[in-house]
Amino acid sequence: MLIPGPWAVAKGIVELAQRGLLLKYVVASLFRVTWGYLLAVITSIPLGLLLGWHMRGEKALNPLIQVFRPISPLAWIPISILWFGVGDMAAVFLIYLASFLPLLVTAMNAVHHLDRIHVNAGMNFGLSQRQLVLRVIYPAVMPQLLVGLRIALGVAWLVVVAAEMIAVNSGLGFLIMDSRNAGNRYDLVIAGMVLIGATGLVLDSGMRRLENLKSLRWGYVRA
Amino acid sequence: MKDREAVILPLLAAGVLLTGWHFSVVWTHTQIFPSPVDVVRGLAELMHKGLLGSYTRDSLYRVSAGYSLAVILGVPIGIILGWYELPAITVNPLIQMMRPISPLAWMPLSVIWFGVSDLAPIFLIFLGAFFPIVVSTMNSVRNVPPMYVQAGRNFGLSPAALFRRVIFPAILPRVLSGLRIALGIAWIVLVAAEMIAVDSGLGYLIIDSRNAGKRYDLVVAGMFLIGIIGLCLDLLVRRTEKLRSVRWGFRTE
Amino acid sequence: MTTKSVAVVAELATEVKVSVRNLDMIFQTDGKSVSVLERISLDIREGEFVCLLGPSGCGKSTLLNILAGFLRPTSGEVTIQGEPVRGPDPRRIFVFQERGVFPWLTVEGNIGFGLFKLPKEERAARVAYYIKMVGLEGFEQAYPSELSGGMKQRLEVARALAVNPDVLFLDEPFGALDSITRLLMRGELLRIWETERKTILFVTHDIEESVQLADRVVVMSARPATIRRVVDIDIPHPRDLSSRRYIELRDGIFEEIGLAHKV
Repeated sequence: MLIPGPWAVAKGIVELAQRGLLLKYVVASLFRVTWGYLLAVITSIPLGLLLGWHMRGEKALNPLIQVFRPISPLAWIPISILWFGVGDMAAVFLIYLASFLPLLVTAMNAVHHLDRIHVNAGMNFGLSQRQLVLRVIYPAVMPQLLVGLRIALGVAWLVVVAAEMIAVNSGLGFLIMDSRNAGNRYDLVIAGMVLIGATGLVLDSGMRRLENLKSLRWGYVRA
Repeated sequence: MKDREAVILPLLAAGVLLTGWHFSVVWTHTQIFPSPVDVVRGLAELMHKGLLGSYTRDSLYRVSAGYSLAVILGVPIGIILGWYELPAITVNPLIQMMRPISPLAWMPLSVIWFGVSDLAPIFLIFLGAFFPIVVSTMNSVRNVPPMYVQAGRNFGLSPAALFRRVIFPAILPRVLSGLRIALGIAWIVLVAAEMIAVDSGLGYLIIDSRNAGKRYDLVVAGMFLIGIIGLCLDLLVRRTEKLRSVRWGFRTE
Repeated sequence: MTTKSVAVVAELATEVKVSVRNLDMIFQTDGKSVSVLERISLDIREGEFVCLLGPSGCGKSTLLNILAGFLRPTSGEVTIQGEPVRGPDPRRIFVFQERGVFPWLTVEGNIGFGLFKLPKEERAARVAYYIKMVGLEGFEQAYPSELSGGMKQRLEVARALAVNPDVLFLDEPFGALDSITRLLMRGELLRIWETERKTILFVTHDIEESVQLADRVVVMSARPATIRRVVDIDIPHPRDLSSRRYIELRDGIFEEIGLAHKV
């Protein structure tokens, strides 16, 4: 019997929990996603806003961005192993790459869709450049950014699974690959899939909750 | 003057990147990491061996098969789920459960189902593209303003005509942007699937060049090909967004 | 016209607030240059309510944007109280239809937006005062998406008034409102103007609106916009919209623009 039934999968999950692997692998995967993703958010969004604001910089870099963007982040696996060795850093780097460019593009586009009137109004009240960014541009681009952030987190989650299948030896992706290679434990394979789905769902609904905050939500309410 | 800037600035940026890359390879005396010149030589070598054409063809075949299947099934299913409430209530929780499972997590199962063959990556690409397409199509149908439907009914359209002349044009822009995002995901999945499940294609080229003899020049050549082809696919889909019948949905000031 | 003597007296009585000299504006689009404003010269006195009236797209909004410092004229000069305009300034607030309210801030947040230099208590007091003035009590914590068009418009006016500017620029502020709300808003604006005595420049394409509101109506031509005529509206507020003088002035402008006042 190649495909285990739901009962076998449930027992598989219990087994993983008893061996202490469940928590360990979920935490390992989340750890990599969190670091890679957060680093990408911190670097790409300010840069994207800056480039979107100063058309020149964007003009210069946009063609390069467009060429780099479709390079699947997984294609960087050999290079990331070369640079960082087999370990957390390699996976974090891949997730960083996977999130960085989509977020950069989102931030640039968000600036392009700024309502000029809001910027003018901000300047009219005598805001300094810094205040203008903090009090007008940042809240104005937030709704669009949040959508981009959610999509990027989904991609990051997809990439971590793939990266763990190839580049490291812990985490949920590794669990799936290892359970298959070491003894065809397909019950654990599917248990791993369930865990990936459940964790992904939690991440996604967390982002959605963020989108529903009232002060950020204005962009979705179309009266 | 502005047009000239649009050509010169990108060339300048690319030039800075390439020279920076070249000289950092030269100055660090690295034996492993290739310089841009090595990569160009690598591309030429691939061409000579005939691998460039055959691997590109394999990858394109897999992505187009898996992706078309996802479009053909995903769009109609999305429309049905967006329009009729009962199937939506029934199926939606299932979709929401399946969706966050990374398509690559299906790899072991797809290998036992389909063996090491083209079918395994096609199946994974299908899964990667299918759920985003269904969900975005479903949402676009739900977001058709009821006024449009009422107006259509007011003019006495039959259900089929209502769909063809109102719903379809109304959802087209959003569906297309969903298709574009799905294509991007399909491209990511393809590369990963080829790294693990088959022995041809651009993803295989990358992992094989590394494993068999640390040929990092070929690794970077493969990445370059993946980038260029991905860009072409994206431009192709973008072109559909520029069609007059679709453009209304993409407000540009 | 008989109104001339009145205008001269007014000019002597109060000083010039906004002065526009020989303003030209030429836009460059796709290599073609389009002349939008031609030789505009205009003086606006302190505390005066002036309407810029012209057909849609004639360039009156461009003129207002130049006065507010958002655009640089191609040639000519704008001075306010003798100082040349070099950019936007909180002493002169621009009210953009209702679209200028910040959708991410509550009513309170919007009105307090320009008051960041004030201490907290004073800011709260000022916000409360203007919420009351424009009748938005009970909506302090509401977001703009929860307000009607008229409420959003009042919110934007309140936000402008809160920073106590000398000059208000209003760009077709009531254009998007229904006709009843529009009439009420005109009354509100006049009431506010009479208590606060701001200098107001009001752009509109509605002839009736301009005659109801303004001390003077600046009638502009289609593009490139030039000043065709400046009409003094010498009717005291509140204005009787069926009085002979009102109808006479209104019809004069209709005629000037080349429209018979018939439907």
